[in-house]
This record gives sequence, C-alpha cells and structure tokens, in this order.
Amino acid sequence: MSVFSIEVLLALLGLAIILIAAFLPALSHRTLAWTGIAGSVVALLLLCGASHAESSLPAFVAPYYSLDTLSLFYKGFALVITALVLWLIAESESTLSNYSLDGKIGELIGLPLIVCTGMMWMASAKDLVTVFVALELVTVAFYVLVAYTRKSALSLEAGVKYLILGAAATGVLVYGAAWVYGATGSLSFDGIAAAVKNPAVNKSVLLFGIAFLLAGLGFKVAAAPFHMWVPDVYQGASTPVTTFLSVGSKASGFIVLTRVIDALLTDGSRVASEVTNLLLISAAITVLLGSLPAIFQTSVKRLLAYSSISHAGFLLLALASRSSARFDISSGGVVAFYLATYLPMTVLAFFVLCVLRRHGIGDSLDDLKGLGRRSPLLALLLTIAMASLAGLPLTAGFLGKMLVFVAAVDHGYWGVIGCAIIGAAAGFYYYFKVILAIYTTEGATEEPLKVSTASKGIAVALAVVIVALGINPKPLQKVLSSSAGAPVALGK
Amino acid sequence: MSPLEIVIFLPIVAALAIWLGAPARLTSITAALINLLIVGGIALGFDASKLGAGEFANVSSRVVLENPAISFAVGIDGMSLILALLTTLVTFAAVWQIFAEKDSVFHIASLLISAGALGAFLSTDVFFIYAFHELALIPTFLMIALHGHGDKETRRAVAWKITVYLGIGSLVLLAGLAALVLNLSEGPVLTFDLTALAHKSATIPAATQEWIFFVLLLGFGTLVSLFPMHSWAAPAYATAPTSVAMLHAGVLKKFGLYGLLRIALPLLPLGAQAQWVQNALLVMLLGNILVMGLVTIHQDRLDDMLANSSVMHMGYIFLGIAAGTELALKGAVVLMFAHGISIALSFALCGRMRNQLGTLEFSKLGGLATHAPFLTVVFAFAAFASIGLPGLANFAGEIMVFMGTFDAKLWSPEKLGALQWTTILSLWGVVISAVYMLRAYRKIFFGTAASGLYMKDPAFSQRIPLVLLAAVLLIVGCCPGLLIDLIKTAWTAGKVAGL
Repeated sequence: MSVFSIEVLLALLGLAIILIAAFLPALSHRTLAWTGIAGSVVALLLLCGASHAESSLPAFVAPYYSLDTLSLFYKGFALVITALVLWLIAESESTLSNYSLDGKIGELIGLPLIVCTGMMWMASAKDLVTVFVALELVTVAFYVLVAYTRKSALSLEAGVKYLILGAAATGVLVYGAAWVYGATGSLSFDGIAAAVKNPAVNKSVLLFGIAFLLAGLGFKVAAAPFHMWVPDVYQGASTPVTTFLSVGSKASGFIVLTRVIDALLTDGSRVASEVTNLLLISAAITVLLGSLPAIFQTSVKRLLAYSSISHAGFLLLALASRSSARFDISSGGVVAFYLATYLPMTVLAFFVLCVLRRHGIGDSLDDLKGLGRRSPLLALLLTIAMASLAGLPLTAGFLGKMLVFVAAVDHGYWGVIGCAIIGAAAGFYYYFKVILAIYTTEGATEEPLKVSTASKGIAVALAVVIVALGINPKPLQKVLSSSAGAPVALGK
Repeated sequence: MSPLEIVIFLPIVAALAIWLGAPARLTSITAALINLLIVGGIALGFDASKLGAGEFANVSSRVVLENPAISFAVGIDGMSLILALLTTLVTFAAVWQIFAEKDSVFHIASLLISAGALGAFLSTDVFFIYAFHELALIPTFLMIALHGHGDKETRRAVAWKITVYLGIGSLVLLAGLAALVLNLSEGPVLTFDLTALAHKSATIPAATQEWIFFVLLLGFGTLVSLFPMHSWAAPAYATAPTSVAMLHAGVLKKFGLYGLLRIALPLLPLGAQAQWVQNALLVMLLGNILVMGLVTIHQDRLDDMLANSSVMHMGYIFLGIAAGTELALKGAVVLMFAHGISIALSFALCGRMRNQLGTLEFSKLGGLATHAPFLTVVFAFAAFASIGLPGLANFAGEIMVFMGTFDAKLWSPEKLGALQWTTILSLWGVVISAVYMLRAYRKIFFGTAASGLYMKDPAFSQRIPLVLLAAVLLIVGCCPGLLIDLIKTAWTAGKVAGL
C-alpha cells in the first residue's frame, strides 16, 4: 500500500463517520470518536509499514509528491495530533454536544480526519498548487470546526473571524503565488529554488510575490503582524479544536514555510538577505507580541493562545537561521524537532482544561485554584506541561528552545536573541503564574475531579513523553540532520 | 548505574515516593543520609594525584543525542567532589531540621533542590550542568510563593522577583553557553562535552574569548547575586522557608561560581585575563563587599541581615576568581564550601528563632544566652565563621584568596595593581562583617531579655544537624588541608589567568 492511498482511506473514513453519525443516530459519539482514533492509529502503523520509496506512488501523483524524512515526519505528526484531538473530543463529548446546534457532534468527529488528510498531503507538497489545495482542505474544514459549538456566542464570533481573516489570507497567499510564478515561471519549489539564483529573473517582482506569499503563510502559523485573530479564535473555539489549531494547523503551516524558505534561501540565492531580514523582523515582533500580552491574561486559554504566538516566533527564528555551514543541523529539522516537543505539552495543557470544563469549571486562572488538592495528578501533569512550555531544562520544551538559541547565536542575530530572551523570561512569569494558581488553596473547593482511567493513562503517557524527550531526545535525532530534506534512501 | 548517578537520582526518587505517600520525614532523611554516605565514601577513596589536568574520576556516560552531541556524563574532580560534599551535608541538615512543618512539600522541595544542585555539580556535560541547575527553579519559586514568611503579597512579589531575575540570568547564560559551544566545537558535530570542548580552547582568538567570557560572567553572576544583579537574593532568603533558604543560599547559589570555575575560566583563559573584563569584575565584586556590607550593617532584622551578608560574602569568592592564581582559586573553592556550611547553619538557627520567638527584630530580642546556652554556642560558630575568625573554615578560604592576589607574578612591591587595591579595600569587608555579626550576637544573646520572648535549647535529636554543621566548620577550619588536597590538580599551570 502506498503512502498516498493511506491518506485517501483516511479521508474516506472521515466521510464515513459523518454519514454514519447522520444516519445512525443511535451510535454513541464516544464510539465514533474511538473509531476515528483507531483509524488514525492504524494509519500511523500503515505509514510506518508502507513503502517509503517514491516509485511506490501512483503515477498521477508522483510528480507532485515528495517522500523525504521531513514529509514522513509531518505525516506521522498529523496522525498523532489527530488521534489526540479525537481523544479530547471524546473526553469533552458532553460539553460539546451541549453547545452544538442539534446536540450532535458527528461532523466534529469526522472532520478532523479530513483535516489530517490535508495536513499529510501538505507535508508532501512539491509545488505551490498542491500547497494551496491541501491548505484549503485543512482551512475550510477548520472554518466548520471553529464555529461548530454555535450555541456559544464566543464560538460563533471566533468562527466568523476565522472565516473572514482566513479567506483573506488565502487570497493573499494565492496572489503572492501568482506573482512568484510570474517572476520565476515555476510553481514547484525546485523551480523556484533554481530561479532565485538566476540573474535574469526580475528581483523586484519576485520579492513582491514573496512578501505576499509569506504574509499568507504567516497568517496560518500565527506570525506577527498577522496574529491578531489568534487570541479570539483560540478562546472562542471549543478546547479540542483550539488544540488542533494550535498544534496541527501551526505545524502544517510550518512545513510549507520550511519548504518555501528552503527554496528561497538556497545557496547563491539573490533574495537571501531580504527574506532573512523579513523573517528576523517577524520573529522578533512575534515573540514580543506573543509573550508580553500573555503576562496580562487571566484566561488560561487566551494565555495559551498568546503563548502559541510566542512559540511561533521562536520557530521563525529557527527558520531564519539557515542551516549552519559548520554544523550538521538543519533549520527545518530544528523546526520539526521544536514542533514535536510542542505537541505533547500543548495537548496536555488543553486536556486539563477539557476536564475542568466538563466539571463546569471555567478556564480563568482563578478557576485553577485548588487543583493541587482536587486532583494531585492533574496538577502535576499541568505543572509539567507548563514547565515544558516555559522551556525549563529536562523537559522537552527546553531542547527545542536551546537548539533555536544555538542556531541564532551561530549566525549572530543578537538583536532577535535579545527579544527572544525577553520573551522567554516573560514566559517564566506567565507559565509560573498558572503553576502558582494550581497550588494556591485559599478559597477553593476540595471536591475531587473525576477522570477516567484510560484518559489518565494517556495524559500520564504524554507527561512521560515530555520528560523522556527532555532527557533522552534520541528518537527525534533523525529529523535534525541536514539530510532530512533528502528523499529516504531505500524502502523505509 | 554508577554511584554518582545514584547520588543524583536518589533525591528525585525519594521526592516521588513522598508525593505518592511514603512517610515524608523518614524517606527524605534516609535519602539524604545515603547520599551523604556515598559522597563521603567517594571522598575518602579519592586520590587527587591520580587525576591529570581536566580529567574526571568515577566517570560514566550515556549518549543522549548524537548531533548535537549531548551525553548524560558524570564524573568528579576535587572541586565537584567538595561541592557535592557541601550539598549532601546541607541537604541532610536541611531536611532534618524540618520539624514544625508537617507538610510533605517541604521535604519534596528540599530534595528536588538538592537533586538539581548535585546534578549540576557532578555532570561533565555543559548541557546537563545547565539543565540540572534550572530544575531547582520551580520548587524554589513555589516554596517562597506559597510557604514563605511574611504576608501573601510580599512573598509573591519576592517569588516573582527571584524567578524573573534567575530566568533572565539563565537565559543570558544560555546565549553565552551557546556561543561557547559553537566556537569551541570542532564540527561538523556540535558538542557539549567539557573535555572535548577543552581541545579547541587554545585556538580561539582573544577578542572572541573576552566577550563570551563577559556574557558568561553576567549570566553566572546573576545566579550568584553579583553586584549589581544581586537584588533578588536578600529578600528571597529572608522570605524563603528555612530549608529552602539553607539549600539555596548554602548550595544552589554556588552554582554560578562553580560554572565560572568549571566552564568559563578553563575554556576561556584569555577572556578571563583581559584587562577590561578584570576591571569590570573588580568593580562589581567591590560592590558586593563594600556596598552590600554597608547595607547589611543597616539591617534591623536577623533574617534580613543574614540574607544580605550572604550576598556580601560572594564578593570574596569573586575576588579569588578575579585573581586567578592557583592559591586564590583553591581558596575560592574552600570559601564556597565554608560559606555554604556557615550560612546554612545561620539560617537553620534563624528559622528556629523565628518559629519560637515570632520575631527577629534586634530591638525586641535579647538575653537568650541565659536560657539557651547551646544555641548561643552554635550561633557563635556560625557568626565567627562568617566573620572569618581563624580556626573556622571561612578563614582558611579567605586568607588563601587574599594571599593569592599578592602572587609574585601579579604585582611588584613598587606598584600595587588594581587587583591588590581591591584586596586591600576588601579587607575592610572583614571589619564590616565583624561589626554587624558581633552586634547581632550581642543584641540577641546578651543584654536583658525582653518580656515574653523566651527560648529554650532544642531537644537532643534536633541538635544533630546544628552540631554536624558546626563541627564541619571547626574541622575544616583547623585542617583545611583535608579539602585543599582534594583539589590538587583541578587546574594546571598556564591554563588559568596569571599562572
């Protein structure tokens, strides 16, 4: 079975779930969600077992479809986050159906699988057209997901905002792609990489296109100044969807950015300094505009939204630090590594919010008070997640941050490093604020929180992953190497 | 697992066990005692003469990442052994004296801080040296914010201050360390291993060494409360629960100094020798000794005074680092140990008084000697050691530092350099210490007792940690060779500034 057919089957599974939910209302949502989880886990196993040679692909996609280490990594990443989001949906099923229009959440369970297909496809994109189609598959499904819990006014507001801004961003992206095509005569990344070295190409036209292209992608990854939508949408969407946006959507934006930047910054590129400067400026203001407002947030969900912006800034800094001349570490690899560490900690933090929500507790900092008494386990898990988000050593979050720092220092981007230090130090403040709230006991109830054993197991596993990756990140070694962008040699 | 790995992970395992419900006091004391015995055993069998320059004993290494090359590598030389001894001694005393607080979090926090310090001192990989130190940040923050002294607003403010200060300090340090490994790795693999980094250190141009050294000095300096990045320390120690204050002021704060001695000085020798770096350091350490000394005199509460004095005394250790001669550096290490023990003892006594008397203001205290002769004697040990009285450990370290700055290679009798002038000014610090320590001693223990403030000597079992620390001060003070012989080969000629 080729990798491509796995993606097709996954999309079919998503459609099937939506249809089953519509025509067999007796089937419980939990069953459907766990079917989806099983589907993505099976897909993950198939992905590991499938042939990774490009010759195994059907002839009609092969020219537009790459299978290097990075794309395989992001495919696996998409499957993992989809399974975890479905788990969160199953976990907060009662809340979600309360807020959906007809008390049913069939689409909410089916659509993530379709999003996943889009993300997997995007990981393999070799040209801007494929990127556009895959991106739309993801984004349009997200419009539905964000607005799905319509009885909540916030969710509706978030849906509208996301729809309008998302559509505008897509327009900008396509407009930019058109200009790039006009300048280079090519839509494929390889073609663009060849054209940026060619002195015959009109540089101003090319740069004009690149600026729009980067702006469109910047919206997807929540890079400043295109980050305004993030806090409102993250806060308004239901927590599982927020998780998906914050991890899945961001990761798929970054795989595309990685490819685009790789092409634009090839050796001998004539636009290298302009693109690098754009990225550096954007990275600096993203880190600052993410972390400084986060200091003042009282809603944990909004706080995590700002934190997600700030993390995007670190990732942009990694992308701007082109692969070092002396050391065998690729910037795309650092981004992938960072995202892999970002996944478990974000999911874990949102999981705790889901559990609280199910108990009728809100997501403000005050609502976390007494968590240390009500559920010592959840308190510890959230502490680990926050420590990792803050980038404390011996958690996964630190390694990612350290690699970004190392890459940036290697290029001597001291101004941006200064901004990153300010951002990370602010991070100590706002993440620790959450930890402090957890262990504050004054004025809190002591009624214990109920969590199913299976969910406890998954949550503990995520925490173990955070600590294990922080101490022994060897499993992620492969994506770091600069050969990660090259096709996988033989079989798997 | 090698014994050193056990030493690092035992406190973490014990903390987990307590969290899961094991008896807090028994578990933490057992773990601390086992650690003390293991490290003591290693120290007895340690033969400094067998180690070459830059070599470590009891090494073991596990590869964590191949590229960049990071391994969980542990090993000891004289300096790390001394600091491990300090850590285990203070940990044992700190968990033993947790009496009043039944809450197990005090034990968990103390054990985690101890594990962080041990991990930092025993690792030989820059990554883990840095990483373990940060491990201690969360427990310190939580303990001050939730269980500190004073009202809620104050202790929260203090907790934020220490967290943000140390956070920024360690991020600056991280940038400096990144620059260090980037410049000293030979490529194509980036390495964090101390021994591998040392290979290339001789080939780095002086200008590069200077700025990296300076960044490291700022980063490490913030963690040691080097003037003017010191203002987090005094309120934090005055507010922190006793065991946390003992461990942080006594042990964890030494990490910054350890880092300078372990990483910055040997790997960037030209940076340490640069005149402008030297001068900057001398100005800053004089700030510690003289400015903070005067600030300390001004305090009217025992906890504030001790907290400020601990900031002040860091200046002497920095003086040893600034001198860079073998004698001064060895003195700095001895002084790190001695200061750690004496400040931990002081905070233990201070905590006991706070619990029983309810106030630490000098104006309200007095005449405790009549009812508490034991405490009077032990406090004398701590106070006199802190002043630098001969026969107690601090004196040995301080005199070595002072003499070291007058090394024949550093000056000629015709002309005193900046370093020698600094030493002469620093000597006034000893006088300042004597003023505030003796005044505090007189006000607390002699004179007429204030009405209602009455304190008895502790029961026998509670005297154990106090006697232990006081005995160490005396033993090391009388036979400093016990420690100095351990660090025989910690540095080699020519690698260190001025040698």
